[in-house]
Amino acid sequence: MPVSPLVRTRKTVVGMITVLSLLALWYVATSVTGFINPSRFPRPEEVWKAFSFIQNEGYGNGRLHQHVLHSLKLVAMGFAVAVSVGVPLGLLMGYSRRAEALINPVFLLLRPIPPLAWIPLAIVWLGLEDASKILVIFVAAFVPSVINSYTGVRNIETPVMEAARMLGIKGWRMVSEVLVPGSLPMIFTGLRLSLQASWTTLVAAELIGALYGLGSILNQSAQDIYPAMILVAMVFVGLCGASTTWLLGALEDRTMPWRKGRVAA
Amino acid sequence: MNNKLSQGQFWLLTAIGTVAFFAFWYLARWLQFAPPQFLPMPHEVAAKLLDLFHNPFAGATLSEHMFASLKRFGMGFGLAALVGVPLGLAMGWFRLLDDVVTPLFDGLRFIAPVAWVPFAALWFGTGIGGPTLIIFAGAFPPCLINAYRGARNVDIRFLEAASMLGVGSFKTITEVLFPAAVPSIIAGLRIGAGLGWMSLVGAELIVASSGMGNLIVRAQSAIATDTVMAGMVAIGLVGVVIDVLLRRLERVLLKHRSA
Repeated sequence: MPVSPLVRTRKTVVGMITVLSLLALWYVATSVTGFINPSRFPRPEEVWKAFSFIQNEGYGNGRLHQHVLHSLKLVAMGFAVAVSVGVPLGLLMGYSRRAEALINPVFLLLRPIPPLAWIPLAIVWLGLEDASKILVIFVAAFVPSVINSYTGVRNIETPVMEAARMLGIKGWRMVSEVLVPGSLPMIFTGLRLSLQASWTTLVAAELIGALYGLGSILNQSAQDIYPAMILVAMVFVGLCGASTTWLLGALEDRTMPWRKGRVAA
Repeated sequence: MNNKLSQGQFWLLTAIGTVAFFAFWYLARWLQFAPPQFLPMPHEVAAKLLDLFHNPFAGATLSEHMFASLKRFGMGFGLAALVGVPLGLAMGWFRLLDDVVTPLFDGLRFIAPVAWVPFAALWFGTGIGGPTLIIFAGAFPPCLINAYRGARNVDIRFLEAASMLGVGSFKTITEVLFPAAVPSIIAGLRIGAGLGWMSLVGAELIVASSGMGNLIVRAQSAIATDTVMAGMVAIGLVGVVIDVLLRRLERVLLKHRSA
């Protein structure tokens, strides 16, 4: 649905007023009146202090950018492996009924187990090192990329498939010129869900045990009862999730320019 | 598609897939791929699962852990549905509310639900309040978004008819928007239940002292891999049961609508 400029302006203005008044309310409730106890929720100036502390001196085994980069690296690795296995598998299961009948039972057996429930098993198998985190991110990101690629192929219109078959298109050309372009919107939906699942799992895995990473800051600051640092870590969890999702959206626009701006995030 | 399968072929392939999965599992033991302690066999996991119903692990039997988890889940998910669905519908009707809530919601939704664990523990403790908040954080966004989208996609003619008949805001929401949005709402509840159930496991892994997540994390520190796997299977089964119940609810609500 196209949004008129007037509506967009109204939305921006109201949104800005909301955010600003909430920030003001935060300041008044904590710093000015002391209505909210700072041991429960930090004051704005404490959050700033915690931010500059972790940025300049470091907290929980490292400085902020080291934690952020470590988490980003793990997400990127788990996500990349999951997607490069999951998407082709989904395409195959969508294209060939035989492959679907063969692989689906395994999928149905494993799929109901929530990714976070794999964390203890990953720790038993691989310890608290990076490898166990990459494993659980893989498990989390794998399922949405398979399912959505599969659905994408199944939703390609029958005439397109029939025309392709009539023209004798086979093998790699079938994949690159029919299956992938036809299912691309669904593939990207899957990638977005995979990315979100990757972040959730990583944060949980790091909360349970890690030396570096955003989850480990959360864990450390919870143990130290340091609410300002908890908030800093949460903000950066959100920023990392948002910026990687934005990157994926930019990639989506480049791959499918004809759909630009038509997809809601 | 290109290769239509007969019923017989389909079941044959499905059986081959299932057997192959378990065969590989047993093969791993036979090849001594990992010590038995780290890789229990399927029948051992199944036996452990049944055993956990009688013999307590981490201070409670499996049914008691399940009950503790379900209680938390019921509270968190119930709260998410009770707040999220009406708020989503109202956002679909009142433009100002939409404009106020959307930026806040967009700012918060990228924060992974489990990242709320420290504040949840600080504010509400680790018994039932803290985990409830985390389940809420997981289940709330889909409940809200789907109710909102469902309300926005209502055929404009129904809304025009309602306003022409002089129906007020409250009644428009309950009598026009809600029934039309039911399929979308139920889809949101199902996604929310899945995410909420997962967040619950996360919360219990990290802070709680009972529940199924706690069971598997304690089994992990005891390197009781069979108990870890049995707990994973139980968690998966409960998740499936919850989803089946929600689908039932959908059928009941939709039947009511078409009647």
